[in-house]
Amino acid sequence: MAEKPQVQGFTIDQFYRFCDEGKLMAARCRKCRKLIMPPRPLCPNCYSDNLEWTQLRGEGKVVTYTIIHISTSELQPLTPYAVAVVKLEEGVSLTGMMRIGKPDEIKIGSKVSVSFEKVERKKWPIRPRIVFKAAQ
Amino acid sequence: MLDLAGKPLAAIVSAGSSRFGRREGLYWRELFLEAFKDVLDRCPNLNPKKDVKAVFLGMMSEGFEKQGHPGPTIASWAGLMPKACIRTESACASAGAAVRFAVAAIAAGFYDIVLVGGVEKMTNLSTAEATELISTASDFHFDQWNGLTFPGLFALTATAYMHKYGATEEDLARIAVKNRGNGALNPKAHFQKPITLEEALNARFIAWPLKLYDCCPITDGASLLVLTKPRIARKFTDTPVYIIGQGYACESILASEKDYDAVRFVANVEASKEAYKMAGLKPRNIDFAEVHDCFTIAELIAYEDLGFCEKGEGAKMIREGTVEREGKIPINTSGGLISRGHPVGATGVCQLHEVYLQLTGQAGNRQLKGVKVGLTSNIGGIGASAVVTICRRGG
Repeated sequence: MAEKPQVQGFTIDQFYRFCDEGKLMAARCRKCRKLIMPPRPLCPNCYSDNLEWTQLRGEGKVVTYTIIHISTSELQPLTPYAVAVVKLEEGVSLTGMMRIGKPDEIKIGSKVSVSFEKVERKKWPIRPRIVFKAAQ
Repeated sequence: MLDLAGKPLAAIVSAGSSRFGRREGLYWRELFLEAFKDVLDRCPNLNPKKDVKAVFLGMMSEGFEKQGHPGPTIASWAGLMPKACIRTESACASAGAAVRFAVAAIAAGFYDIVLVGGVEKMTNLSTAEATELISTASDFHFDQWNGLTFPGLFALTATAYMHKYGATEEDLARIAVKNRGNGALNPKAHFQKPITLEEALNARFIAWPLKLYDCCPITDGASLLVLTKPRIARKFTDTPVYIIGQGYACESILASEKDYDAVRFVANVEASKEAYKMAGLKPRNIDFAEVHDCFTIAELIAYEDLGFCEKGEGAKMIREGTVEREGKIPINTSGGLISRGHPVGATGVCQLHEVYLQLTGQAGNRQLKGVKVGLTSNIGGIGASAVVTICRRGG
């Protein structure tokens, strides 16, 4: 689908490179059709390496969430912030930070959209963060 | 009498532990020697240099003390060179993994007598640094990177569980109160002071809905067992404890791949099935258990995953006192990870240390009456590794 010459295989770094371009991409196994999220270079279902990229719509529902009060030194300035697991329409799930007003406005079952936030960093890993916003 | 169909896989002939806590000025090799001395005092017939064939040692991370390679470190500090001293790592189940290898090695006839232990020296680091290091047991690229902390992982499970089954923050607090009460009777526990329900409920949030007392502390400690072939156990003790079943299973380390529908830790369910089958026992045959209460929610779900109650009935177990010391199935008489402490690499063996003490009548003020069969459940990460071990008292 979104094949580009510089795409470098079904790796974590390539997944985040797509995120940087605003696209939520999963791998699909051409042999058994399994949707593989996060992508990886070998199908965990049938062990085929005949895969293709497929773009997800980035829409889903909150499965569960937490509000982080104590975090790593890097993320502590953002606290309290919410993190959720969201089940996407395509059936796979993702972890991301919630960005929907106050943490207490979040509910299990809330509809959200996936977006990506730039993270200011000088050393590895340089990649965006996955965030969920209230669905429009 | 129980029909104990389970064939003994290995015998525990001695067990020892360091005192757990903030052990300033002591490194893990020194804590190991404290546990080793305890083991030797309890087993005068053991000649370590002659009898011990190998050491299996759990340790999670060299990052806490900037000291890796624990196998040969222990070989030299404990005077056990040139024996094979082998480290295992499965995060908070590192010691459970050591027990697995030790049991398998004995059952296979590879060794007849081994030491199996675990160590961790965590308090050199600040709480924030130590928590960050522990979180390496979770997925970095998709979970930590997107804001999850280690308490946050279990908080996700707690939110889903409370939503589905109606458990409350008070139910979780009661588990903390129970374990702190048990720990008050354990002279080796990190915390030996009970807390009240009000204190637990009014504590600050770490990762909502989990509060301070829902979380285990950062602890230094070491624990150790002597395992032998069942046939030779009585050369060393009149009161052997037999390991009659063990299971080990893994599931995804991704927070996004947990079972939030049933809200369970699948690996723990699978490991317990394997252990029960091997032991020829059912959950109702278990007299008491040490389970992995890194967070109160993990203990609550363990009641269900290990089959001590039906799915969704975990909160009833604590509300009705079933899991108290005087209850039908006492859980975490040692104080558990919450009160005894959780030196991550030592916990799986420390749990068996408690089972050994209880089954041999050496548990002091917290001794249970008439117990014959005990179980330990040790998990790593967000339940991604799980080790379940079933022990019975020698007849």
